[in-house]
Amino acid sequence: MARKATQPDRPCAVIGVGQTRHAAVRKDVNIPGLVREAALFALEDAGLTFADIDAVVLGKAPDTFEGVMQPELTLAGALGAADKPILRVHTAGSVGGSTAVVASYLVRSGQYERVLAVAYQKQSESNAMWALSPKYPFLPPSVAGAGGYFAPLIRRYIERTEAPDHIGLKVAVKDRLNALKNPNAHLQIPGINEAMVRDSPMLWDPIRYLETCPSSDGAGAIVLASEEAAAKAPGPPAWVLATGIRTEPIIRPDRDDVDPLAGANCGQELYRKAGIENPRDEIDVAELYVPFSWYEPMWLENLDLCDRGDGWKMVDRGDTELGGRLPVNPSGGVLSSNPIGASGMLRFLEAAQQVRGKAGDHQVEGAKKALGHAYGGGSQFFAMWIVGAEPN
Amino acid sequence: MRDIAVISGAAIHEELAERDEVELIHAVVSQALAGAGPAADRIGFVCSGSCDMLIGRPFSFVQGLDGIAAWPPIRESHVEMDGAWALYEAWTRLQLGDIDAALVYGFGRASAGSLKDVSVLQLDPYTLAPLWPDSDVLAGLQVSAMQNSGRFGDMASVSPLPVTDGAAAVVLAAGDLVRQCCDRPAWIEAIDHRIEPAELGVRNLATSRSTRVCVKAMDVAWDTIDCAALHTRYEHERLLLMETVLEEGAASILPATNTPMVTGLSNIAEIAERITDGRSDRGVAHATSGPCLQQNLLCVLAADDYEGAA
Repeated sequence: MARKATQPDRPCAVIGVGQTRHAAVRKDVNIPGLVREAALFALEDAGLTFADIDAVVLGKAPDTFEGVMQPELTLAGALGAADKPILRVHTAGSVGGSTAVVASYLVRSGQYERVLAVAYQKQSESNAMWALSPKYPFLPPSVAGAGGYFAPLIRRYIERTEAPDHIGLKVAVKDRLNALKNPNAHLQIPGINEAMVRDSPMLWDPIRYLETCPSSDGAGAIVLASEEAAAKAPGPPAWVLATGIRTEPIIRPDRDDVDPLAGANCGQELYRKAGIENPRDEIDVAELYVPFSWYEPMWLENLDLCDRGDGWKMVDRGDTELGGRLPVNPSGGVLSSNPIGASGMLRFLEAAQQVRGKAGDHQVEGAKKALGHAYGGGSQFFAMWIVGAEPN
Repeated sequence: MRDIAVISGAAIHEELAERDEVELIHAVVSQALAGAGPAADRIGFVCSGSCDMLIGRPFSFVQGLDGIAAWPPIRESHVEMDGAWALYEAWTRLQLGDIDAALVYGFGRASAGSLKDVSVLQLDPYTLAPLWPDSDVLAGLQVSAMQNSGRFGDMASVSPLPVTDGAAAVVLAAGDLVRQCCDRPAWIEAIDHRIEPAELGVRNLATSRSTRVCVKAMDVAWDTIDCAALHTRYEHERLLLMETVLEEGAASILPATNTPMVTGLSNIAEIAERITDGRSDRGVAHATSGPCLQQNLLCVLAADDYEGAA
């Protein structure tokens, strides 16, 4: 059998990044227009056109949201995929991250030189609350959406760690202040403060209206390239130092769904593969998937970025603010823009922009290593990567 | 790149499954792992293929996880496609070299709805889907284009193959592990997949362009393939694929199954089994997606004594 001679797991870099302006309703574009907007920004950033792309990977959350079945079929033309391979990834909320991870396999395996990863959701053309509350035979209906699912887990975190009530408010304010420095962010709330968040309606105790993510239309895109292709790119690359994915079942008697083992294992493997001995010192900035403000301290602990029980103390000290010891979600995070299927990819591409020095007003000074993180399902699907300004 | 082989596989195709998805998955995964030898204990990656719209509920793959052991937590991924594309993802993942075995499965229960109507939801939601051309109608356009091309003789009508429910599973292994698992492994000599634009007006429906692009890109000897498992939803699709893939070959075409999200992976399992038990030296498995063969995957499998011959 004839084989291309390539080293296993060869170097791979982000050479182009694009995202749409995220908004509650993007009436100016349909679904193909939305994904194409992000893809064209990423190609422009990489100095490429669709013709330079070898393969496309498309990610989004359930097809039942927009009601388009296997949309890679109808979007093939808009994504310049004619005559090319296209894969469609779906791993629940983590999908935007998984999409970038799968695209990295296509480059790291030696199969392709330049791969375009795109993820999107057009929430204005769908009804996530309805789609997330299906009626299963023989089971009681859970017409609660994601907030209803995660609120009890947050309550248990607060109970375990004795975290004070204002922690959720602090994260909500911090991410919205960061969003004011990110022109792509959906929510722009000038003057946001803790009183505004505290006075907003309680949706799912303890999650208030301003402690939850918005519903957004949006898309993200990343061009991944081999070392050789990256050398020809006009801008600085972000090297993919490691990727990780982990899954555990949604229901299991001994699983800890507040501090899931899958997330912790994924982080540990990720650090090992990236050659990181102490993530608390070596990671300069993290884009974590925080759809409800309390999830910031919960993930800090799960990812070993602090001791168990200390996540809320990091928040309280201001460690996770821009200018803090470990800035988290300088882009404004999922709390400021949530096109569900793309939200994970936005974490991944914002991490890349940080180490490329291209994060604009929300740039973390001198960031060399950044963590991108996404989760989905019942805190059971995880996708992460670490990108660096220098290769491994 | 690493040489990777199909070590074992299993498939179920039933007219109307009385088992649910979890039970179907459990049955095929158990059987595939039982036949995988030492690879069964070294699965480092799991990838599945399924489609929520078949049953009209989100996250069918989340429940599907109950059909496998996902504890302690596993490296797992999912494509909203036929399991054959999940196998492609697993094949690229194994190339990274840090793990040596992967489990792939696909499952589908189209009997939960009317497939020819459900598949309308694959079409452009703004301009085409509202007109509700079901898959038989679109197949009719293809038959008519083939008829007009004059290459296929007189084509009477659209004849759909029966749609079934089921699941399939395959174990892949790489490196030295392959020899420990299997005396006559079915090596993945080449695998590729290509798509055409959705807009029917820009496609030449009288040929399968994406399959042709695939064949060209794979750069293998097509004339010595001795068996083929093709995913055809209609009789005329077989004619188009044979013309594209096997025009120079004299392969025997295996009886077709039509289980959405399953048949492509099941075809790979079927060809691999024939190689492993000595009935075949080289075979091609095919998967398709979308109206009128819009997207196609080809996987050429070969016995190792064939290395010298190729």
